[in-house]
Amino acid sequence: MSQSGGHNGRITEAIPHITRNEALIFERSSAGKTGAEVAPLDVPPVEAPEVLGKDFYREDIDGFPEVSELEVIRHFTRLSTWNYGIDTGLYPLGSCTMKYNPRINEVVARLDGLATDHPYIPARLAQGCLGILAETARCVAEITGMDAVSLQPAAGAQGELTGLLMIRAYHEDRGERRKYILIPDSAHGTNPASVTTSGYEARSLKSNDRGCVDLAELERAMTPETAGLMLTNPNTLGIFEEQIREVCLRVHHRGGLVYMDGANMNALIGIARPGDFGVDVMHLNLHKTFSTPHGGGGPGSGPVAVKRKLEPYLPTPTIEETGDGFYKLNFDRPKSVGRVRAFYGNFGMAVRALAYMLAYGADGLRQVTEDAVLNANYLRARLSTAYDLAYDAPSMHECVFSDRRQAARGVRTGDIAKRLMDYGFHPYTVSFPLVVPGAMMIEPTESASKAELDAFVDALLAIAQEVKEHPEVVAGAPHSTRLSRLDEATAARKPILRWKPS
Amino acid sequence: MYPQEFLYTQDHEWIRVDGTTASIGITEHAQKELGDIVFVEVPQVGSQVTRKESLGTVESVKAVADVYSPVTGEVIAVNPKIQKAPELVNTDPHGEGWLVRVRLKDRSETESLMTADEYEEYLKKGSAH
Repeated sequence: MSQSGGHNGRITEAIPHITRNEALIFERSSAGKTGAEVAPLDVPPVEAPEVLGKDFYREDIDGFPEVSELEVIRHFTRLSTWNYGIDTGLYPLGSCTMKYNPRINEVVARLDGLATDHPYIPARLAQGCLGILAETARCVAEITGMDAVSLQPAAGAQGELTGLLMIRAYHEDRGERRKYILIPDSAHGTNPASVTTSGYEARSLKSNDRGCVDLAELERAMTPETAGLMLTNPNTLGIFEEQIREVCLRVHHRGGLVYMDGANMNALIGIARPGDFGVDVMHLNLHKTFSTPHGGGGPGSGPVAVKRKLEPYLPTPTIEETGDGFYKLNFDRPKSVGRVRAFYGNFGMAVRALAYMLAYGADGLRQVTEDAVLNANYLRARLSTAYDLAYDAPSMHECVFSDRRQAARGVRTGDIAKRLMDYGFHPYTVSFPLVVPGAMMIEPTESASKAELDAFVDALLAIAQEVKEHPEVVAGAPHSTRLSRLDEATAARKPILRWKPS
Repeated sequence: MYPQEFLYTQDHEWIRVDGTTASIGITEHAQKELGDIVFVEVPQVGSQVTRKESLGTVESVKAVADVYSPVTGEVIAVNPKIQKAPELVNTDPHGEGWLVRVRLKDRSETESLMTADEYEEYLKKGSAH
């Protein structure tokens, strides 16, 4: 990539400016350059292929970049400044709960005994770590109203799979071979995927006109072959399933179990407990609700919590108190679905989540929920003057609009989202949930201040005005980024998966 | 816009019945809602498809959608161009972008499907998306 500057070519810029596009590291390569100098050989040379055998000897890689250490550092440092994260600005991605990750979590996770203990250390020498896991599990059980918890699953989707395998084990233990799991049509795509992976067949359940489970539809679909219902509450429209108790009762009445995707627990903590309204098994996302890093920032963690009747099927090992104040790992669990993750899951995430829960305490966690719901409803109230609400039901921690009004002028949700970048905000969730045409799904979390919410609303209101006056400005956005509209279709149809020497 | 000789489903598939066989595809409305199609998955010739059950999927840059079979029958042909050129579903959904041809098991299954006029009315009502 050439970066020769203006001024009739008389001045050449030494480096590309930090806001400009960055060449690939391969394109910075010049033959013979190295990042490190090796001391001269002071022993007789040997031929590597002869010593290693040709199976273990790799030929030179064609086009491997030859660059200096400083070039490597600059390249990756520049790229790192392109990140957009919760530490740089509002991240209103609906359904993702992109909340602030308090630094105290990081301080605690880096404490010597926690950061450096090896997972192979015998249980008797790892009592502190086991105690943290047990305490985290206790807190999760208390918050969800469930009886037992496994912290093993490494992500929400793995929690889902683990929970579904437990449902399967439960039915099979009773000599029942059921085939289907019901999933509302507003569900997150991972739900049917987990169902299929677990060996069940997913059956879609049509929502009613309020965006919730339709009891008559449920009644029709709950056959003796139905293993259970998998739902998210509040659902992906940010609406609380008001008839959840009745829903759970009807599933139980037909011998089915209820799985709750805990992705939206940021609307319930300290207010309502899934275990109390009839859920049998659920997972939490520590990286959403409990402030551990999300996305590229760190590994996920998807603890799964169950009612007593599913406890025998929890992944092995479980952590148990021995009665004299010590903890042991119990591997003797004949009905367990087995281990789902090496060691005890992503331990560092349990540490951070526990730090978060203890720092806030019960009252603080309740306030987290209240603030998250208040923030979402503030956005909803201010934005509904310019954008159409998808459903009129009360919003919980997120709100979903439709681009209906803007689409009439040829501007769609994706265009509005791209225009938001010109105003300095990360886009909201685009075109999801699928049951809403042109969905704009916004979740501010409790982390956003009122001033920040106002700036965000002002940006969206300004964009709505632009749609009326200059729709082409919005339809062609973004205008301030290094690259504007990418050819997504060709990228997916004819992907270039790696750089090759030209 | 919507060919008179086709029949339509509420899930936005079309079917063109020709004696005992029929071609199936997705409608103009469906391709427009999905956006640029990047991948199409269709069943193999000889496999059975069931009315109202998924016969394959279309994947666009923003979503993956099931294609529900309007009828029960056996697949006798799949569009040979569609794997390499999924964009045909966008450019010509009612023609070159057809997905499969099936041999009908029960012709009467088509009776409950919508005519072009009924389908356009259905789209207008906005219950569809």
